[in-house]
Amino acid sequence: MDYHVMREFADSWGLLFMMIFFLGAVLFVFRPGAKKQAEEAARIPLKDDCNE
Amino acid sequence: MKYGTEIVVLALATFAALVAVAMAQDVPFQQHVWILFFVLLGTVIVLMRNTTFAPRQDAAIPLRPHASAYMDGPVRYGTVATMFWGVVGFLVGVVVALQLAYPDLNIEPWFNFGRMRPLHTSAVVFAFGGNALIATSFYVVQRTCRARLFGGNLAWFVFWGYQLFIVMAATGYLLGITQSREYAEPEWYVDLWLTIVWVAYLLVFLGTIVRRKEPHIYVANWFYLSFIVTIAMLHVVNNLAMPVSIFGSKSYSLFSGVQDALTQWWYGHNAVGFFLTAGFLGMMYYFVPKQVNRPVYSYRLSIIHFWALIFLYIWAGPHHLHYTALPDWAQTLGMVFSVMLWMPSWGGMINGLMTLSGAWDKLRTDPIVRMMVLAIAFYGMSTFEGPMMSIKAVNSLSHYTDWTIGHVHSGALGWVGMITFGAVYFMVPKLWGRPRLYSLRLVTWHFWLATLGIVVYAAVMWVSGIQQGLMWREYDDQGFLVYSFAETVAAMYPYYVVRAIGGLLFLSGALVMAYNITMTILGYEREEEPIGGQLASPESVLKPAE
Repeated sequence: MDYHVMREFADSWGLLFMMIFFLGAVLFVFRPGAKKQAEEAARIPLKDDCNE
Repeated sequence: MKYGTEIVVLALATFAALVAVAMAQDVPFQQHVWILFFVLLGTVIVLMRNTTFAPRQDAAIPLRPHASAYMDGPVRYGTVATMFWGVVGFLVGVVVALQLAYPDLNIEPWFNFGRMRPLHTSAVVFAFGGNALIATSFYVVQRTCRARLFGGNLAWFVFWGYQLFIVMAATGYLLGITQSREYAEPEWYVDLWLTIVWVAYLLVFLGTIVRRKEPHIYVANWFYLSFIVTIAMLHVVNNLAMPVSIFGSKSYSLFSGVQDALTQWWYGHNAVGFFLTAGFLGMMYYFVPKQVNRPVYSYRLSIIHFWALIFLYIWAGPHHLHYTALPDWAQTLGMVFSVMLWMPSWGGMINGLMTLSGAWDKLRTDPIVRMMVLAIAFYGMSTFEGPMMSIKAVNSLSHYTDWTIGHVHSGALGWVGMITFGAVYFMVPKLWGRPRLYSLRLVTWHFWLATLGIVVYAAVMWVSGIQQGLMWREYDDQGFLVYSFAETVAAMYPYYVVRAIGGLLFLSGALVMAYNITMTILGYEREEEPIGGQLASPESVLKPAE
């Protein structure tokens, strides 16, 4: 495995994997029903005072 | 027996340090392990004086009546350590600033600029920033997962192990032990120790997340986790080195030439990206909503902010090597990714600032909110300035000049410093069970001293940096350089003096904070007039969140 093999892998499959992962993460954020879940998640820090 | 294992292990380590003293191959290493020996010996003595032979269950009775279900001991210690190392780091910063203006202050051999500078950078980045990150991450992960820290006393090991790393790194610099890698100066044996501590840190953090009671992992924990994982990777790869002897301080990097340079700046820039940005963004995503008592403006934006930041930051390092032997394509790659970073950075800044929408009045009445807002504003400004400076044409003027120093400080003092101060002011009354801070008016004093200090510092460094850059590239009509290097150094004198004054202002703000925090911990409350303009709802001023 020399530099060129790794380089070829990085700018083909590696790049493709990261693009798909990132786009997948973005699409996941905008999936139907995500807004409600996100709003609930955003309230997590505000309801943690039971033990303080 | 209380501390039984600890005493035995530490006593063995003390003996090992003594053996290393005897076997040392070079004088700095010998001096360094003498220091290690005395630090460990002192720790063993302290533990032995505090040990008891009473049955174990006695110790399970909580020491404080307000002790919560969370493990806050390491967080309390970490908060105090943050404050302590902050003052030390800022003080050393003022000293090195004065050394640049007045070279006579270089006291050979231990306190000259070359040894004091890494002491300053490591003290503020790793000692102040690192302790703040460890303390707040332990605080936040427990409260957003609704789970106690994983691993029992492992969290204490992380805290004390990290302090030992700081002491060994700092004393090593002063003894002249360095592998001269930016922000990674400690030699191989200190690096190995940090690796062990860091793995323990990862275990505690990840273990707490795994046993969370809250189904969703709050975004702040994502940022903290990415910081811990990435720093582990960066630290190990950047410090791959072969020691000359296992009883010697010198090692040689596995990389050489331009590969070494690129590895160093891959590490160096991601230390900025993941240590000084991602970790502190985790702080922002928890403490800003808490202090203004509103959920973050857009949680979905925060998720996109996270992934975009993670995917882009890691590639930006080569912009530190413009116009060097690094291949052009790599330089351009670094520049392009740095410019793209504008988007997630500003997305995060907008998200942080807009969290205040509907609560903007708190900016007038709550100096802690003001501090956090200033931090986010500086985050926005320095993440605008950074990509701009990474553009090759701009970099040809700015690189190697004081402009870079100014940029780093607007990020470090403005963003990292201010968000940490805000978080500490928020946590301290809660951690020690005090109804409020000793004094909110002193927070206002701190705010203005620090802000003025940063503005003076950054503005002066812009002027001196651009002047320096222009003087270096000034040609006459014969094609000769107009100024010798020494002339450009002499021209910097007034700026260096003013820079030291800016640093002094920032330091005095931190001293005000240290006083305020100490008095809060000791349980005093200063009688003072409430800050004006809170007529609408009087409790909203002093009570942040409940």
